[in-house]
Amino acid sequence: MSQPVVVAEKLSRHYEVKGGLFSKSGVVRAVSETSFRLEAGRTLAVVGESGCGKSTLARLITMIEEPSSGRFYIDGEEITPANWARHRADVQIVFQNPYGSLNPRQRIGAALEEPLKINRPQMSAAERESRAREMLQLVGLRPEHYDRYPHMFSGGQRQRIAVARALMLEPRVLVLDEPVSALDLSIQSQILNLLVDLQERMGLAYLFISHDLSVVKHMADDIIVMYLGRPVEIGPKDQVFANPRHPYTRALLSATPVADPRARKQRIKLQGELPSPLNVPPGCAFAPRCWKASDKCRAERPELDGGAHQAACFFPEG
Amino acid sequence: MALLEIRNLSVDFATSSGQFRAVDSVDVTVDKGDILAIVGESGSGKSVSMLAMMGLLPWTATVTADAMLFDGQDLRALSPRQRRRIIGKDMAMIFQEPISSLNPCFTVGFQIKEALRIHLGLDSRARHRRAVELFEMVGIPAPEERLKAYPHQLSGGMNQRVMIAMAIACNPKLLIADEPTTALDVTIQAQILDLLTGLQRDTGMALILITHDMGVVAETARRVQVQYAGQKVEEQPVIDLFERPHHPYTAALLAALPERATSKHLPTIPGVVPGQFDRPQGCLFSPRCQFADERCRTVAPLPQGPQAGLARCHYPLNLSAEAEA
Repeated sequence: MSQPVVVAEKLSRHYEVKGGLFSKSGVVRAVSETSFRLEAGRTLAVVGESGCGKSTLARLITMIEEPSSGRFYIDGEEITPANWARHRADVQIVFQNPYGSLNPRQRIGAALEEPLKINRPQMSAAERESRAREMLQLVGLRPEHYDRYPHMFSGGQRQRIAVARALMLEPRVLVLDEPVSALDLSIQSQILNLLVDLQERMGLAYLFISHDLSVVKHMADDIIVMYLGRPVEIGPKDQVFANPRHPYTRALLSATPVADPRARKQRIKLQGELPSPLNVPPGCAFAPRCWKASDKCRAERPELDGGAHQAACFFPEG
Repeated sequence: MALLEIRNLSVDFATSSGQFRAVDSVDVTVDKGDILAIVGESGSGKSVSMLAMMGLLPWTATVTADAMLFDGQDLRALSPRQRRRIIGKDMAMIFQEPISSLNPCFTVGFQIKEALRIHLGLDSRARHRRAVELFEMVGIPAPEERLKAYPHQLSGGMNQRVMIAMAIACNPKLLIADEPTTALDVTIQAQILDLLTGLQRDTGMALILITHDMGVVAETARRVQVQYAGQKVEEQPVIDLFERPHHPYTAALLAALPERATSKHLPTIPGVVPGQFDRPQGCLFSPRCQFADERCRTVAPLPQGPQAGLARCHYPLNLSAEAEA
């Protein structure tokens, strides 16, 4: 097995919420004790519903925020705020909404060159420009787009620009935070193909955050399913889809609509909704909505069990 | 007779840069108890055509149609006052973002009772009873308490249930759901779709589902109409559409679904949807179509017959043997 690019060990991020006039203060446990390994040329997908902590995890890995506890390593070196500056170029991020993530007053060329200006101050202007034009070509845009403004592009093209900008510093890891959710179906496949090509050519590691399981199934090598800030199931894609072990994963899979009108499947109906992260139930966080929950589940929190395909459940399936 | 019949509907918007045709001669027919899905990408005119029918478009829009009949009434001839008597009562709509469709200043109970007061003229006690009953129907726990809640105190899924309760408050004959689950999580989406189809089955109302999600279409709809750049390009029963798409756009759209992928590379549709200034001369899909020839680029195709799914194409795909003859 090759050396992993990113290793995360029990990463947690908790936010203190100040009590207002009418409310008590509390702690939001956005991410708790999440561990994973990410290897070059592979894609790790983080799946879950809103509030499960997937975007917070992205902010930790991109060094936008410091973990409350736990540690992570890039190429074996532990990352602390002291060496953030040196390692930030290794991890770049592409956001969901390409309309919001590009400065409308900045030409595409300037947007692509900005990371170089800051991180490679010794580079000449001419070289920066040739790098930017090369990158445009690489993501399937034309070199003459260099002088245009973001509003002159469609959503799919803007997402290409966002990918190009993330790649300017030759990162090892690309964090993709819902990269195709805002795009139409016919554009979505173009961007997914681009991401596949770039990964093959540059050996990038992807942390792919998505709520769309059909996209995840297509892109991922490994999957982490999160629920209320904790991973509930981790494993290789094929095993997680074919043989989900955690009841939440099963429910999530059965709730995802399948584009085949003849596939009349039995949906697992989950009762209720996600509890507030301010008020996580003791024991298994999923127990209030789980059809298999027993007294043990409500009292004690299950840990991820060992092996390649782990689940945090006392009564795993299969 | 069909419950809703729209023929040759067009909507033009006056913009600062000239006229823009958002909906281009679209026909919609819905029978009692039918479930029709309108599918298309952004800018395909699927929402605008329904808003035009409800009379909810701004003054910049010009709506023309050869026929617009709802339950035997000509919607084009109605005065605004008469129209308001139908809308919200016999014909109701739910929108994508529940939180922005509800008024944040009033409790959800007040808002649902308002519809009951205006359309049905119930007294206060009957209104309350009906509101509780409706909340129970849409699966809101502890309805008596939830009636007193403001929208911001409820989750997205709960707010969408409130919207649905409000829409079905007067037993509509037609419910239009415009991307009802796009803003919701998958497990909540499943609950809402089950709720809508369950209500449709129990009350016998007709349902128009506007969506871009092929999975949602496959699981809910009976008939599907596909729109592209303001035109209806195809209409078929759901199983036929997924198995034998006749219009190249439908076929390409289905092929681009990641779950139908056979290799790591997905089939794509090159180019983008035409906008206001680059509307092609012939078939609107011709610049992106792999089968397009000279005729497609110059002559706009008319809809084919029902054996070809009314496809707006000169060369429809997947024709059965007898249709070919």
